[in-house]
Amino acid sequence: MKNWMIGVTLACVLPACVTINIYFPAAAAEKAADKIIDDVWQLKNGGDKPNVNAVEPASTPAK
Amino acid sequence: MKKILFSLVLLLSALFTSQFVAAAADLEINTPAISAIKNSMQARHGQLAAYYASGAIGLTNDGLIAVRDANAVPLKDRGGLNSAVAAENADRNKLYKEIATANGHPEWQAEIQSTFAGRWIDKAQAGWWVQGAGGWVKK
Repeated sequence: MKNWMIGVTLACVLPACVTINIYFPAAAAEKAADKIIDDVWQLKNGGDKPNVNAVEPASTPAK
Repeated sequence: MKKILFSLVLLLSALFTSQFVAAAADLEINTPAISAIKNSMQARHGQLAAYYASGAIGLTNDGLIAVRDANAVPLKDRGGLNSAVAAENADRNKLYKEIATANGHPEWQAEIQSTFAGRWIDKAQAGWWVQGAGGWVKK
């Protein structure tokens, strides 16, 4: 009888664990994507100047 | 009796773990492999930025990039353009795969790629070309 109850409990709990692990965390994936894209495209540098177009010659004296 | 208690504890701990997993739902993206790919892509972006702006290349709706208008690039630079696009796409595919495996779910790669596809396009600068459902669109 008791073994039977444990069996039922496990049968309820184990699929729940599996479901949680298979679920794709869409919101977390978007957050991760944003972070990586910001880094690769240098959109936000944590307070640094945004050097999106940092190709300007800063110190080229006139020709 | 003890066994019932034990199974109750098991049930409760399972419930708590599941909540913890849901709360701490951040993807791991700080592995050496991911950082290396990111650095390589960041370095290449200096070259690609001009191509995005001229419309020579655009962002595809599957999270990669493609040559859109090779005529926007002088003939002598087209080899460089093609190899830069190929290298960028190789890096991007590696990145998606690496994020999936770093989180213990290689089967997530396709979903991660489509998530990135939407985010790249959202964050693209005005004037860049992106692939919509009906073809290339200028942002």
